[in-house]
Amino acid sequence: MTRLSAAEEEALVARHPGVFAGSLRSRLTGWLVAAGIALYLAFAWWFFSVGQVFSNGNWDIAGSYLADWVSYEVRPDIAYRDNHLDISYPRFSPLGENPAPEWLETRRAVVEIRAEEPASAATGGATTGTGFLGSVEGGAESFLGRTESPAGGGASAAEPQAGAPPQPARRQEAVVEATVHFSSSARLDIAVGLVTVTRGGETLILDITPDGRVEPRGTLPAWASQRAPGAKVIARFGFSGRAEIEGDEVKVRRRFLGWENFFFDARSPFWGLSAGEVARVVLFGERLEPERSNAALAWDNFLNNAEWQHGDVWLKLLQTIAMAFAGTVLATLLAFPLAFAAARNIYPNRIANFLFKRVFDFLRSVDMLIWALFFTRAFGPGPLAGIAAIFFTDTGTFGKLYSEALENIDDKQREGVRSVGASPAAVQRYGVLPQVLPIFLSQSLYFWESNTRSATIIGAVGAGGIGLKLWEAMRTNSDWENVAYMVLLILLVVFVFDNVSSALRHRLMGTARR
Amino acid sequence: MALPRILVLLPMSASTHGTVPSPAVLSVERHWQALVARRRLYTAGGLLLLLLALAGSLWFANATNAGKFFDRLPYFFDFIGQLVPRDGWEVWRALFDLPSPHDDGSLKYNYPEGRVYLTETLYLPEYFYKMLETINIALVATLIGFGIGFVLSFLAASNLTTRRWLRFFARRFMELLRAFPEIVIAGFFLAVLSLGAVPAIIAVAIHTIGALGKMFFEVVENADMRPEEGLRAAGANWVERVWFAIVPQVLPNFLSYGLLRLEINVRASTIIGAVGGGGIGEALRLSISRGHEAKTLAIILLLFTTIVAVDQFSAWLRRRLVGRQAFEFARGG
Repeated sequence: MTRLSAAEEEALVARHPGVFAGSLRSRLTGWLVAAGIALYLAFAWWFFSVGQVFSNGNWDIAGSYLADWVSYEVRPDIAYRDNHLDISYPRFSPLGENPAPEWLETRRAVVEIRAEEPASAATGGATTGTGFLGSVEGGAESFLGRTESPAGGGASAAEPQAGAPPQPARRQEAVVEATVHFSSSARLDIAVGLVTVTRGGETLILDITPDGRVEPRGTLPAWASQRAPGAKVIARFGFSGRAEIEGDEVKVRRRFLGWENFFFDARSPFWGLSAGEVARVVLFGERLEPERSNAALAWDNFLNNAEWQHGDVWLKLLQTIAMAFAGTVLATLLAFPLAFAAARNIYPNRIANFLFKRVFDFLRSVDMLIWALFFTRAFGPGPLAGIAAIFFTDTGTFGKLYSEALENIDDKQREGVRSVGASPAAVQRYGVLPQVLPIFLSQSLYFWESNTRSATIIGAVGAGGIGLKLWEAMRTNSDWENVAYMVLLILLVVFVFDNVSSALRHRLMGTARR
Repeated sequence: MALPRILVLLPMSASTHGTVPSPAVLSVERHWQALVARRRLYTAGGLLLLLLALAGSLWFANATNAGKFFDRLPYFFDFIGQLVPRDGWEVWRALFDLPSPHDDGSLKYNYPEGRVYLTETLYLPEYFYKMLETINIALVATLIGFGIGFVLSFLAASNLTTRRWLRFFARRFMELLRAFPEIVIAGFFLAVLSLGAVPAIIAVAIHTIGALGKMFFEVVENADMRPEEGLRAAGANWVERVWFAIVPQVLPNFLSYGLLRLEINVRASTIIGAVGGGGIGEALRLSISRGHEAKTLAIILLLFTTIVAVDQFSAWLRRRLVGRQAFEFARGG
């Protein structure tokens, strides 16, 4: 590239002053706009106190919520007794009843146990952590109010009371040492009074004093933390989980990739079988329940999977689809005749045109949300409210779009039909309709697809469908894998509808698909 | 579609004029009639199918609803009746936070409680403040979405980005952002950041990036490439070519789409507000569920006026920016 000399550049500038030195206003406008936007964003930062909100955000939980989308946790609690350990799982553990996972090794020995203790310990263990994330202590500040966790009192109530009269002891086999493997190089060895955590080459030894204090020997490595001397120690193992070593028990959270028990929950006889085994039982196996076939049983168990609720999710998804479909079709049917009355050139009555257009504006501008809240209140939560909300909003939208399309038609065709003496109805039928029908249908199809998406959102305020289900799943803060499942289904439906709708639209409009 | 249907009149009128039609004409006529009959059959079949699907959907919706349509219909009118305030001025008092003569200490009639004092005596009525909050949510989200969508659109346009994989990723990324339900993003950030406007901003902004980005890259692909070629010949780099050749062409259209998105986002942030994102949506949900008729009407009035005002303002601005194109119906919501 040849470079201009300074003299040539000056000559160029002198020849085209308008290009190189615009007016002050045009040179400044860009900078002023940019400065204005920057100022506004700074104002918004202050107005919404964004910095504070972000610094108060619970980012630890965010990571764990995100991990929940594609993985699940198994949460055994290992409590120290006098001379043995007591391992308990939450009631709805993904491993089913009486789990013995291979990553949790135990060493058993015969010890003396005071009577009654195991029974109370079992009830204590069962109430811990049924559905809350491990890092939430005693209650979570859920975004829809404070939810109390049942974990708060359960564990301590299980402790044997010091002042109680001595119970007759009996000898029994019990767990005296447990080892939790987090990965090939990370493990947790638990014995009464002594917990050893190993991660990589580092080892952390923790003494548990009889009065319930956790005393680390030496300094804590970077992956472990303790808030106050004697308080619980949290050891993190990255994605594969974490352990909270407390004064009376160790809470283990072991994370595994995947969606647990996606097909059959732990109550089902098909639980834990591979696909081939399930197929064999369904096709050739003896009837597990005498009154129905194995296939029917498997299907029923699948639909009523307690964790994933496939049947209910699909029903709700179908509701959302039906809401969008019925709402759009009804709105099309009503807006179609009204648009003719609102179009200036079709129905030359200024007052009627004006009134109809204002009605459309009203229906459109009273937002879908308001209609949804309204009809939820009137019809009770469910798809009827959703249909009504979409119907009302879209009657306004379609009325506006259709009447605009009608006002833009080519008048020649209408005149032609009229000139051969056709009746007014025939003029509309042959002179107007063929011009606008593809546009009408294309717009309705487009809104059908976009309403499928809106129906999800208004569902969350009570208008039924998958939105409500999604919202409930998010509210509990523990079912993020179900949220992921539903989002996947929604994305699939939207994707399919998007393609069907645009294929139909392109056929209608006679244009090639891009 | 229009032309053949009118043509069908022609052979008939020819036969009525006394000239005997040749067999060839009759054959054409016969085939034509068969064609029309088949098309009618398809149309009728399609309509029947549509009606069946509609009836099925309505039945299904009614069967799975908490209350049945005809059972609930009388209550619907009751509900509308409940929305009538005790006197006409109550709505204005609720709107401007003036003390009410019906004040009995309950939340229902205690309007001045929500006043937001700017100075000792000057205050902003509660719902105006909430409405401002909602508009600001929409505005900030639109600005963020505009900025990021702006950058992404050039990467997704086939005339500017020659690397296929980059274009592919930019497009798929925007598609994902667009299709991902806003409510889930909002719910996630509400759980992490607790209640408030920031989750709503994030949710709306993420959707806006996808929606605007798609429209933007379609505009960019239709841009005139001659200025770009000129700059390329002068040795300009990619950023310079985009900034000096493409941006001046597409900016009016971009702004027009941005304004259209702002209208949509005002509504969207109201909805997100109703599920916990703050602003007027939340106030509306609370007041409807608590049965505060004057407050509900005041909010609806305010919301309606604001939405109409925003729509009108944006339509006016778009008309100034791109003229007739502003009325073109925007696709890809």
